[in-house]
Amino acid sequence: MSESHSGEASGTRDDDSVRRNYLNASYSVISWLFTTDHKRIALLYLIPVTLMFFVGGVAITIQRLSLMSPQGALVEGDTYNKLFTIHGVIMVFFFLVPVIPTVLGNFFLPMMIGAKDLAFPRLNLLSWYLYMLGAVWTLVAVLAGGVDTGWTFYTPYSSASSHTNVAMTMLGVVISGFSSLLTGLNFIVTVHWLRAPGLHWFRLPIFVWSTYATSFIFLLAVPVLAMAFILVVLERILQIGVFDPALGGDPLLFQHLFWFYSHPAVYIMILPGMGVVSEVIPCFARKQLYGYHFVAFSSFAIACLGFFVWAHHMFVAGLSLYAALIFSSLSFLVAIPSAIKVFNWTSTLYKASITFEAPMLFSLGFVALFTFGGMAGLYLATLGMDMHIHDTYFVIAHFHFIMVGGMVLGYMAGLHYWWPKMFGRLYSDWWSRFTAIIIFVGFFLTFIPQFVAGYNGMPRRYYMYAPEYQVWNVMSSAGASILGVGYVIPLIYLPWSLWRGKPAGRNPWGATGLEWQTPSPPPTDNFDSTPVVVRPPYQYHFQKAQNEP
Amino acid sequence: MFNEVALFPEAASTTAQQVDRLFLFLTAVCGGVGLLVAALLISFAVKYRRRPGEKGNPPETPASRPLEWFWTIAPIGFFAVMFLWGAEVYISAYRPPDDAATVYVVGKQWMWKCQHPEGQREIDTLHVPLGRPTRLLMTSEDVIHSLFIPDFRIHMDLLPERYTSVWFQPTRIGTYRLFCSQYCGTQHAGMVGTIVVMRPDDYQRWLNLSAEGSMALQGRKVFLKYRCVSCHSGDGIARCPSLEDLYGRPVALSNGRVVPADDEYIRESIVYPSAKIVAGYENIMPTYKGQISEEEIFQLIAYLQTLGKGETPVRVEEFPPPTGTPPITTKDWPP
Repeated sequence: MSESHSGEASGTRDDDSVRRNYLNASYSVISWLFTTDHKRIALLYLIPVTLMFFVGGVAITIQRLSLMSPQGALVEGDTYNKLFTIHGVIMVFFFLVPVIPTVLGNFFLPMMIGAKDLAFPRLNLLSWYLYMLGAVWTLVAVLAGGVDTGWTFYTPYSSASSHTNVAMTMLGVVISGFSSLLTGLNFIVTVHWLRAPGLHWFRLPIFVWSTYATSFIFLLAVPVLAMAFILVVLERILQIGVFDPALGGDPLLFQHLFWFYSHPAVYIMILPGMGVVSEVIPCFARKQLYGYHFVAFSSFAIACLGFFVWAHHMFVAGLSLYAALIFSSLSFLVAIPSAIKVFNWTSTLYKASITFEAPMLFSLGFVALFTFGGMAGLYLATLGMDMHIHDTYFVIAHFHFIMVGGMVLGYMAGLHYWWPKMFGRLYSDWWSRFTAIIIFVGFFLTFIPQFVAGYNGMPRRYYMYAPEYQVWNVMSSAGASILGVGYVIPLIYLPWSLWRGKPAGRNPWGATGLEWQTPSPPPTDNFDSTPVVVRPPYQYHFQKAQNEP
Repeated sequence: MFNEVALFPEAASTTAQQVDRLFLFLTAVCGGVGLLVAALLISFAVKYRRRPGEKGNPPETPASRPLEWFWTIAPIGFFAVMFLWGAEVYISAYRPPDDAATVYVVGKQWMWKCQHPEGQREIDTLHVPLGRPTRLLMTSEDVIHSLFIPDFRIHMDLLPERYTSVWFQPTRIGTYRLFCSQYCGTQHAGMVGTIVVMRPDDYQRWLNLSAEGSMALQGRKVFLKYRCVSCHSGDGIARCPSLEDLYGRPVALSNGRVVPADDEYIRESIVYPSAKIVAGYENIMPTYKGQISEEEIFQLIAYLQTLGKGETPVRVEEFPPPTGTPPITTKDWPP
């Protein structure tokens, strides 16, 4: 993208590995806990976010084991209900929503626009403390008895009927929500003010576009969620009568407010993943991203339209017929920008020169699973179809295709793509490719049977079920065990690479972004001198053969 | 466990057949597009893989504007068909035919309580005759539940303090599962029931088994029990509007609006009497919230549907007779 280093051979540069960087600038604990360096804050997020992923993973592991038997092999009733609530709350609010913006966005958004840091470094640190407070708060609520409402917290069950730690959990989510809000604000200001000379809007990498679009959703949606949750907490404590009809409230009002956040939140979760994939595919195809403007604008179309489809979660909730018709038609519209992206990623491969390192395998997996899951969404947007499959395992399978098949694979792609830049080391090529394939296969085996169980009528959130669904549950649990192995392997080879990995050099993939033109790991100030950008992104055809030894 | 495997659920209602046709259409379109994308991804990945010894990067392929606009616009055509077809199935599933018989359903943690107009009441089971369109009028006593009959492909939430309805026309004799699909607490997974579809003559026999009189008759008892008749007496000195021939008719309100006297209106008038005041009357009715059960309200609704001109029970006495027994004085005992 910039002239300054393009065309320069990558590979090992001894002077890079011994020079001062953001990791070895200081070693004290204080220097980490009070750092304002966006790269260090990204690593501060990486650890708790990964831990939360495995907390949510343990919860679902117990459930999937239990579901091997129609009567519930391990847990039943309240315990099962608490487990799926923990799984949902932790995975959605403490992993999927923050993970790419706070880890990869924090680290690479400033570097990709040629900045030294985010616009508000201290605000960034505050975001981290809010996240940690919210996470610890929620874990305490879970350990002190748990909560059994499901991550959707539907009223009046949550406000009047449940006797678990509902209020405390909801406050934990609200606190972490403010972390996201401040991060979004920080990103928006950063993209507006700190772009390098020459980096005008249509030279921005798609990852920046999609993170920017995500930030707007944070800013507009999180306050609504915070408000709705605080009202539920007030209703539980003070009996104020907002959602509970026994107190004169309206239970559907909560669903409207909740989905006004939580549907856009789906795009919070998927847009950054789309951004990662839009970086990785051109890099490993050595080809310009096909239809850059369409991909960039489709991120914004998704962010905007995503705010007008929330009631498609309520087609059988007692919505008026006209509301159902409007929200169904709008839900189809939001599928169009997603389709545009899929077609453009596919076209990028045309007449390309493709290699299949782990980031590329994860990204191709993303495209396949996202396409599959997105098309399952069309079934759910179709009114007459949703009427049957609503709240069944079909829905579970659909959103796991998007959230896990899409977002988690997108995150893995990004983590593997930028890992050498973050730590200056290369991880095991064989193990990482193996992991990508294991996760992809395990994922399919886990969730395809759930589509069948769902169409056959198995409702979600059942700790016991009719015996005819057993075969699908056993297949799903078997697939999940493969998927679980796929998640554990990177815990070994990624940390291993920190000590034993080969030095990565500045640009091991021969990528074009600004972030690759600085040493790995980057120095605290990112760039020795402010880069000047003269070209649009992904100009791979101008590059010589970086990957040749 | 493997001899019970079915890829498709049974299609036991008219709606089920419509939904399955829609499903096959969606699967054909999505499967076609999905296979196309998969074929392109795989063939590109194979054909354009980097060969050993390949130097440099391939030349630019400029994006084709017409192609971009094609795949932006083309999906809209498919989506329009999906939307319209889905809307048609949905509308027909929520608008019952005029000759549908109503069955009243109350959900509570964690059971289904059903009442038939003929008077039978059952829990976690619902008997219906083959071929008759049956409308379910539903409400909840506590939290939100959802009625889900997979073999009929229908689904509708039950809301506290509000009525929802759904209908079906069974096309096969048999027993089918009924699930609660909206999470409702500890025994959500246990809130399941059975739908029994019977031959019409069997159903008639079943109806005659154990009824305590029709729902309308039970509603008349409720009408007298809560002394509704004291004010809604339907005669010249009534303090409240007559309820005769009221059901389904338009009602003029004191604020000038005219609303239909439907199920929801009747329920609201019992539980929140001051919400809508009939033109020409005072706001004097006390609320029956917390005193009357949802099932009794349903019985009253059934009763009002049958209440014709001049059929309001007569207020026999101005004052009710004493209901307690006189106190027993031990003085006189033994005599």
